Amino acid sequence: MAKKEKDIDVRFSKFGTVSFTSTTKVNDFMDRLQQGKISGNRCKTCGKIYFPPRADCHNCFGKDMEWFDVTGTGKLLTYSKLEYAPVGFENDVPYSIALLDYGDYKVFGRLAGNIPTDEIKVGMEMKAVPNELPNGQLNYVFEKA
Amino acid sequence: MGKVGIIGVGQSAFVRGFPGSVRELAFEGFREAMQDAGIATKDIGASVICSAPEYDKQRSPAGVLAEYLGLTPQPTFYVETLCSSSSMGVRLAYSLVKSGLHDVVAVVGFQKMSEITSAESQERMGRGADIQWESPFGTMMPAYYALHARGHFAKYGTTPDDLALIRVKAATYGQVNEKAVYRKPVTFDMFSDPENSMSGPVASPLRVGDCCANADGSSCVIIANEEKCKAFSKKPVWILGLGAASTAVNMAGRDIFSGLTVGMQAGEQAYKMAGITPKDIDVAEVHDCFTIAEMMAYENLGFAKPGEGKDLIKSKETYKEGSIPVNVDGGLLSKGHPIGATGGSQVRTIVLQLRGEAGPMQVKDPEIGLVHNIGGVGLYGNVTILGR
Repeated sequence: MAKKEKDIDVRFSKFGTVSFTSTTKVNDFMDRLQQGKISGNRCKTCGKIYFPPRADCHNCFGKDMEWFDVTGTGKLLTYSKLEYAPVGFENDVPYSIALLDYGDYKVFGRLAGNIPTDEIKVGMEMKAVPNELPNGQLNYVFEKA
Repeated sequence: MGKVGIIGVGQSAFVRGFPGSVRELAFEGFREAMQDAGIATKDIGASVICSAPEYDKQRSPAGVLAEYLGLTPQPTFYVETLCSSSSMGVRLAYSLVKSGLHDVVAVVGFQKMSEITSAESQERMGRGADIQWESPFGTMMPAYYALHARGHFAKYGTTPDDLALIRVKAATYGQVNEKAVYRKPVTFDMFSDPENSMSGPVASPLRVGDCCANADGSSCVIIANEEKCKAFSKKPVWILGLGAASTAVNMAGRDIFSGLTVGMQAGEQAYKMAGITPKDIDVAEVHDCFTIAEMMAYENLGFAKPGEGKDLIKSKETYKEGSIPVNVDGGLLSKGHPIGATGGSQVRTIVLQLRGEAGPMQVKDPEIGLVHNIGGVGLYGNVTILGR
């Protein structure tokens, strides 16, 4: 028998300004984000680290994964400030997308909106923090460390 | 087994707002290629139809186009790798011919981008990246390439002015290409004039002038085995080398932001298969969806050492008279970039160059040409080397 609509786990639909995915095997990521944790995961069989997290390890084909939290700081690899937005993101403009290098993994996200442009430098240390958007959705942003 | 060559090439004019349907648009490039080859539809053994989905409403376009082009009951199928779809189509057509399954294959690329708005188009292309983990942050193609521009600037000291020079070159040739969507000149000074639209911000450090023009268009490349090439064509152009690669869709899975690994890998494969080096290339078409993409292509294909692409454009070596002419048809920047039609259009330009039929864009007596076509944000890469 087909599941009723209310039984389908759509927690991931709360990720980002507009989410294009509602159901994923790593939906617990959203509960952890709600609790203030940005999480990747690690394959318990072979030890491979993944961010963003995955349900399946393509290294050993395992599916027994354990969560870890993104902690400490990462190096700003690159960023771009958008002055024009795709459909659905008009109310967020301007905003900056960016990438932090944490060594064992990288994190893609947005820069916090309150950092003066002249203080943003490639190579600077930053930290990823959970963020609630004005429309109630959740993402994470990078703040100066 | 014998060689595989190209006996016919065609493309529609690249325009804003093509006044017809998708099948009618596709016919324009097809007609020109068929008339170029001088063959009939019964001579085509199969068709490969190439585009990126969700710009128009037609699902499974291969069957609809094959019927309109008069290519039924021959087999037809759809190939999609975003902006490199028709280069991947050429790769597949090569394998269909090389295997002996078909003697002649038509590769038809098309895109009618004007059925949706520019902001909708940005959203569609943004979803050509990682929709689960990155698109929810509000991504779009100019911003993804801007991440690479920033990476290139940080590593090599490249500047927005260096990128502007690439746009100026593109416009030089867009003006003389009657198929180009953008026929106007672009000067270096426009980029520093706040009143000029070219200087307008899009996604820092890229400006309006750094971005290619969306367009409606179609292209067609007709590929044949050696026997049919010699029977049908006085000037067949041979496929000497092919390369293709893929990489992580999400930026978090990438290691390099000053180049595109798929371009490097596809280039290495194609050079090896053709038995040549970058120095042997006489004329090239590279994927300049943004100015930074052409700069990275110079370096990724070995036309310049890493970080020295800016010197190549400053010294005008990639102009028509230079040591390695690149995108002398206006490139995606001025000719326009109707996603699925682009690779076939690039192949057409190189074929015309090698046949000495490129008119005002003709490079002096080229023998070997290269096509570099990227899909998504360096997600897919194809390099095709052609020779007389």
